[in-house]
Amino acid sequence: MSLLEGVPRRGLALLAALLVLLLVFPMFASGYLLAVGFLILYFAYVGQAWNVMMGFAGQLSLGHSLYVGLGAYAAAALYVHFGLSPWIGLGAAIALCALAGAAIGFLAFRFGVAGVYFAILTIAFAEFARIGFDHFAWVRGSSGLFLPVANYTENDLWNLRGSPTMFYYLMLAMTAGAFVLCHALLRSRMGYYWQAIRESPEAAEALGVNVFRCKMVAVVISAAMTSLAGVVFAFYYNNLFPEQIFHVSRSIELILGPIIGGIGTLFGPIVGAFLLTGLAEGLRELMLQLGIDVPGVKQVFYGLCLLLVVVFLPDGVWPPIARRLGLRRGP
Amino acid sequence: MLEVERLSKSFRGLHAVQEASFAVAEGSIVGLIGPNGAGKTTIFNMVAGVFPPDSGSVVFQGKPIHGFRPDQVCAAGIGRTFQMVKPFAGLTVLDNVVVGALLREKNVSAAKSYAAGILGRLGLGAKRDLLASSLTLPDRKRLEVARALATRPRLLLLDEVMAGLRPTECDQIVAVFRELNRDEGLAILLIEHVMRAVMALAQGIVVLHHGEVIARGAPEAVVRDPAVLESYLGEDVAL
Repeated sequence: MSLLEGVPRRGLALLAALLVLLLVFPMFASGYLLAVGFLILYFAYVGQAWNVMMGFAGQLSLGHSLYVGLGAYAAAALYVHFGLSPWIGLGAAIALCALAGAAIGFLAFRFGVAGVYFAILTIAFAEFARIGFDHFAWVRGSSGLFLPVANYTENDLWNLRGSPTMFYYLMLAMTAGAFVLCHALLRSRMGYYWQAIRESPEAAEALGVNVFRCKMVAVVISAAMTSLAGVVFAFYYNNLFPEQIFHVSRSIELILGPIIGGIGTLFGPIVGAFLLTGLAEGLRELMLQLGIDVPGVKQVFYGLCLLLVVVFLPDGVWPPIARRLGLRRGP
Repeated sequence: MLEVERLSKSFRGLHAVQEASFAVAEGSIVGLIGPNGAGKTTIFNMVAGVFPPDSGSVVFQGKPIHGFRPDQVCAAGIGRTFQMVKPFAGLTVLDNVVVGALLREKNVSAAKSYAAGILGRLGLGAKRDLLASSLTLPDRKRLEVARALATRPRLLLLDEVMAGLRPTECDQIVAVFRELNRDEGLAILLIEHVMRAVMALAQGIVVLHHGEVIARGAPEAVVRDPAVLESYLGEDVAL
């Protein structure tokens, strides 16, 4: 069975064109554009990870910064203290985040915490981590954990030390990988069960679906996927502050892409990341050119975008585009 | 195959079901009737594992199943429909049924073809690619039945699936149940107000009133029972 079985030919062509465009992009892009490109791919990746939980299984997490932060700190601390490669750190990050996700999921799903209360619980755990890490001396607490930085002439993929181009391609590979994974998940038995739970947990249960187990799997996969983004984040920016990485605004930021793009769709998180990050950075550049120096323009723009989408495209930007392209059945 | 023994359930002091006992024999069709609020759906929910009984037992194929979760009851071989239909609104009609079929058929494409067969049987074949949210109420009721059947139950619990159907639609679905019962030995326990359907299908009837079983037996005898006439059917019921 092919990994992309069931995708219409037009969809495959579009996908291939997009991939080629993204592959050649660094050859033409300036350093700044490359950074924007990295950011877009970063949000496309974490958006997809979040989408597994909310879009597929219907469990709203507003605390995904927890998994970004835990992943980032796990790999960075192992590198700084023991000189371990981030690829080894990645294993630790995945294990740690899967465990954290399982703990939160167990608490919530075992005791019937659902809906907005579940969302609040996820925020609470991210906040615990933020405050806890502020006082966690091994990772330098609130003064921040810094990775040694030098001017790298060669790309060292094993230690994730290298040029922005290397990070761009790494993020691109992860985004593409996440897409393939999400596609496979959505068409699997588990994917059907997740969607059933999202639409009606009672009906799913009556059809023999073990709702608790399926929700747990969704949380663990989503958390583990998100931790990868945290690891790359740490080695790209080289500094980590609990106040920043665990902050609730980071959790919100990463869910905007999928909401704008289309929750529960495969392309939604990617389209949303392009729109939001691309346009916000574009607008900032425009303001710079025009000499308008107003702080918070990006936030206002985010708000405006959300407002327009919620009012005019409640299912997100992608579903109507997909229908027009003939990739999706009408409502 | 299903034995319900002295089942009781109270909600905040209200005795919804009191010491109700009845049985569904292997391969038979039993109607559960009674006025609104008699406790019919409460009994269903206890059999289906939605909530446990306060006392009493539910035994299915020799195994006690009270205290099972709904998914365990389903896996044991009991399918159910909901009185208030609960379609997976955002999924297609076919995918709704695929969810049920995946219980016994782990392979997705095999589950799809099995589900398609069931849709055809219930006359929903032409609507398989529509979103479930776009279906009319009668079609949603059919979808409930299709989903439950896809789990390949040995016993099917039907909660007012005929309500709101036109007489011809009602006869169609009755014919489907008869066929399933005859060909596959599917046992059915149905809650129904549409006496036309009950009389056409049921080999036995259990009458519930204020949470208690007031009559049971063959349909012809039960509908002439004075207690049943008084509490539920009325004096001059036209069958």
